[in-house]
Amino acid sequence: MLMPKPEGEILAQRLGLLDDLRAIVPGEGVIADLTALRAYESDGLSAYRQVPMAVVLPERVDQVAAIMQLCDRRRIKVVPRGAGTSLSGGALPLEDGIILGLGKFNKILEIDYENRAVRVQPGVTNLGISQAVDGEGFYYAPDPSSQIACSIGGNVAENAGGVHCLKYGVTTNNLLGLEMVLLSGEIIRLGGKHLDSGGYDIMGLLTGSEGLLGVVTEITVRILKKPETARALLIGFPSSEQAGDCVGKVIGGGIIPGGMEMMDRAAIHASEEFCHAGYPLEAEALLIVELDGPAREVDHLIEQVGAIATACGSTSLRISETEAERTAFWAGRKAAFPAIGRISPDYMCMDGTIPRNRLPEVLKRMRELSEHHGLRVANVFHAGDGNLHPLILFDANAGELETAEEFGADILRLCVEVGGVLTGEHGVGVEKRDLMGEVFTEEDLAQQQRVKCAFDPNGRLNPGKVFPVLHRCAELGQMVVHQGQMPFPDLPRF
Amino acid sequence: MPIDPKPEDLQPSDAAQVADVLAWAAAGKKTVELVGAGSKSALGRPVETDYRLHLSALEGVNLYEPEELVLRAGAATPLGQIQAMLAQQNQQLAFEPPDFGELYGHAREQTIGGVLAANLAGPRRIKAGAARDHFLGLEAVSGRGAAFKSGGRVVKNVTGYDLCKLMAGSFGTLAALTEVTVKVLPAPEKIRTVLLFGQDDRAAIAAMSQAACSPHEVSALAHLPKAIAARSAVGYVNGAGRAVTAVRVEGPAPSVAHRAEALRRLWGGKGNVEELHAHNSNTLWREVGNVASLLPDADAVIWKLSVTPSMGSEVMAAALVTGGAGYYDWAGGLLWLALPVGNDSGDGRGDGGAGLVRASLGGDGHATLMRGGVELRRRVDVFQPTAAPLAALSARIKASFDPHGILNPGRMHGAY
Repeated sequence: MLMPKPEGEILAQRLGLLDDLRAIVPGEGVIADLTALRAYESDGLSAYRQVPMAVVLPERVDQVAAIMQLCDRRRIKVVPRGAGTSLSGGALPLEDGIILGLGKFNKILEIDYENRAVRVQPGVTNLGISQAVDGEGFYYAPDPSSQIACSIGGNVAENAGGVHCLKYGVTTNNLLGLEMVLLSGEIIRLGGKHLDSGGYDIMGLLTGSEGLLGVVTEITVRILKKPETARALLIGFPSSEQAGDCVGKVIGGGIIPGGMEMMDRAAIHASEEFCHAGYPLEAEALLIVELDGPAREVDHLIEQVGAIATACGSTSLRISETEAERTAFWAGRKAAFPAIGRISPDYMCMDGTIPRNRLPEVLKRMRELSEHHGLRVANVFHAGDGNLHPLILFDANAGELETAEEFGADILRLCVEVGGVLTGEHGVGVEKRDLMGEVFTEEDLAQQQRVKCAFDPNGRLNPGKVFPVLHRCAELGQMVVHQGQMPFPDLPRF
Repeated sequence: MPIDPKPEDLQPSDAAQVADVLAWAAAGKKTVELVGAGSKSALGRPVETDYRLHLSALEGVNLYEPEELVLRAGAATPLGQIQAMLAQQNQQLAFEPPDFGELYGHAREQTIGGVLAANLAGPRRIKAGAARDHFLGLEAVSGRGAAFKSGGRVVKNVTGYDLCKLMAGSFGTLAALTEVTVKVLPAPEKIRTVLLFGQDDRAAIAAMSQAACSPHEVSALAHLPKAIAARSAVGYVNGAGRAVTAVRVEGPAPSVAHRAEALRRLWGGKGNVEELHAHNSNTLWREVGNVASLLPDADAVIWKLSVTPSMGSEVMAAALVTGGAGYYDWAGGLLWLALPVGNDSGDGRGDGGAGLVRASLGGDGHATLMRGGVELRRRVDVFQPTAAPLAALSARIKASFDPHGILNPGRMHGAY
C-alpha cells in the first residue's frame, strides 16, 4: 500500500509544530515521545503501521479549531482518530502528519427522553449511549460488532452499521445533529433535535466521509424505546441456495426481521467448536432470524418465518423460548471472528455487499477462488441487507499476507461484478482505496474529490485514504471547454 | 406536457443528451432550469434562466425486485406509476411522499426525481425517515456537463461519499438526476389510528411524546386544533367539535390490534378516545401529509416549520400571534401554518410573515416558505437562512458541481 510521499518541508517543522500544539493543548495533551506514539501507529487494520509526527488530544472544541487552523497554516496533514477500531485503516497515521485524537471528548452532554434525543461528544462509545439510557428502557439502534469499544464519532465517520440495520437503519438514518470543525477552524453546526434541516444535507454527506471533510466534535442521535420482546429462530439448510431462498421469501412476504444472519459451513463449524452453541453441524448454511416488537407480533411472525423455512427445505429449526436461549443462538455468531482466529494464525475480514439473490453464485465462485489462491475462507453474512463478511484464513509468518490480499481483492471485484459494492460498513480507508476504480469512473471519483475541495482546498485532511489518485483542487476544477454549436441541432424542442 | 412548454425549451431524449446539453450550456455559461413534471415549480425561489431543460423523456422503471426491496427508474418516472407497481406487490415507498398538487393548485403528477430532489416526506417520517433515507443510488449530470454516479442498489454501502444525501433536497441546483435507485418496503397488512379528543396544544404535545416514547412502534403522530379538525373529511374528526390528536399503528393484524388497544389505554386517562380503521385512517393521514385541505384560505401564505417536538406548541403560539391557523405533524416537530394573505400585502413590501415565523423559532429549527406569490418568494428567504460559515460552505459545494452556476440558479439561496 503506497501512501502519499512524506513532504520534507513538513517533517522539518516538527519541533516548531510541537511548541505550537503545546500552546493550544497544555500538559499531556501533546504526545511526541516515540514509545508513546507507537500506541497510535495503527488502527483495527493492523497490517499497516506508521508512527505519526505527533498525537494531540484536545478536550474542547476551541482547541480543535485552533489545532485545525494551525495545521492549515503550516500545511500539516491531519488524521482524525476516535477509538481506533477502523477495519479499513481510516485512522492510519501519516509520517508527515499528526493524529488528532478525540478520546477526551467522552462526555454525554444531554439526554432528552421527551424528544428521544441524546447529545454526546464524539469519543463516547456506541454502547455507552445505549447504557446511559437503558434505565429508562431506551437504546441507540446501530450496533456494530465493536460497539463496546468503537466511538460514536468514528461511527459517524464510517457510517457504521450492525446486525439490526435492516429494520432500524445505519448511523446516517439515526442522526439528528452534528457539530464539526473545518480545517479552516470554522465551527459548523448542522441539524439539532428537529428533522430535515433545509439546505444541502451536509450532515448526510459527512456521515461515512471517513474523516476527509471535517472533524466532528458533537453528535445528536435518535434513541428508541426498546422493543417489548425479541425471539429468534435457528434454521439449518442443506444448501446456501435454500437458505438464500428463505431470506428472499421472508422479506418478499412482507416481514422485516430485527436481524437476519447467515453462516456457511466453515463458519458454523469454527463457531461450534469454539463456543458450543448447539449449531447443526450437518447444515451447509445456518440462518439466525430475530423478530422483535410487541410479544403478540413476534409470536405471530415467528410462526410465519418457521413455515417459510420449512417450505424452503430447512433440515433443522429451533425457536427460542427464553431469553437465555435467544442469547445462546447468537453466541456462536457473535463469536465467529474469534472462533476463526482460533483455527488460523491470521484472518482478514472482508466487507462487500451484494444483491442478496446473487448469494449462491457468489459463494460458489468464492470457493473456486479459495482453491485458486490456496487459502481457506469462512463466511458470515448480514443476510437481510446483503452485507457479506468473508473471513480469509492465512498465516502472515508463512508469507501468505500478499496472497490473502489478492484473494480479498478478487472477492470484492466479484461483489462489484454482480451488482454490489466494495464495502458495506467498514469503509474504504487505505484497504480498499486502490479498488475504487472497479466501482467508479474517473469522473465519479473526480466529482467526489471536488466535493472534498469544498471542505479542504489544500488536501490536508486524512489524505491517502479513500481516493486512489490524489489530484490538486485546481486541477480538478478545470473544465474542458468546447465552445460553439449547440450539440444535437435536431434535439427535440416544442 | 405537464408544464406549459416554450418554443426554446430543450427536451433531451436520454442521459447522454442531457450531458451534451449541459456541457454546451456550461461552456457558454447559459443558465438552465431543470424541469421534471413541474409539480413543485412554485416551491423555492423563482428561477429565471436562459433555457428550460425538460427531463420528461427519462422515464420508466428499469429494475424492480420486490424480494430485494429495490427499484430503479428514470428520474422523471411519474410517482404514481411507481406506486402502482409497488402496490401490486404489497410494497410502498415508506417515507410516504406527500402530494402537493392541491397546495399548488394544479394536477401535475410529480416524478420520483422531483420527490427526491425536494427531500419530501409525509407523516411516517418519524418512523421510516425522509426521502433521503431511501435514496440508494443515482446517475446524474453535473453543472459541468459531466455524467457521474453515486451509491448503488444495495442498502448497506459506504463506498465513497454519499452524494445521494447531498442531492436529496438540493432542488436541482447541483446536478440533473437522470436515474435513481430507491429502497422499497413492505406495505403494512393492517392500519389503525387512535384519536384523542379535546387536548389543548401543550397537552397534545405531551400526549404525542408519551406515545412516541412507548414501545408500540407508532408510525405517525399529529395534532389538529379544533378549527383544523373541523376541515377533515373524516367524520370522527370533523364531527368532534374539539381538537383531535391522532396516532397511527401499522403492521401484522394481531400486533396492530394489540398496540391500538395499548395506545387507547395510554391515552384513555386524558380524555375520550376513538379508533379509525383503514379507510378513515388513510384519508386522515393523506390530509395531514398533503396539507392543503386542512388549512383554511386558499390564498394563505403557507409555512412549514421543523422544530424540536417539545417546543412545538410554544413556536406555534408565537408564530400565530397576529392571526392564522396551523396544525402539528411529526409528534409536534412539524408545524404547518397558514398566515392570512394580508402578510403578502401585494404592495411589494410584506414579508409573508417571514420575520415573525423565524423569530418564533427562537434560534432552533428551521422554517420554509412552502407557498407564496412569486414576488414574495423573490423578496424573502424561502429556506431558512444559515450562519455565514455554513452558507459559504454550501456555496463552495454548489461550485464543486456547478462552477458557473448554470443549474436552477438562486432556487434555494442567492448564491445557490
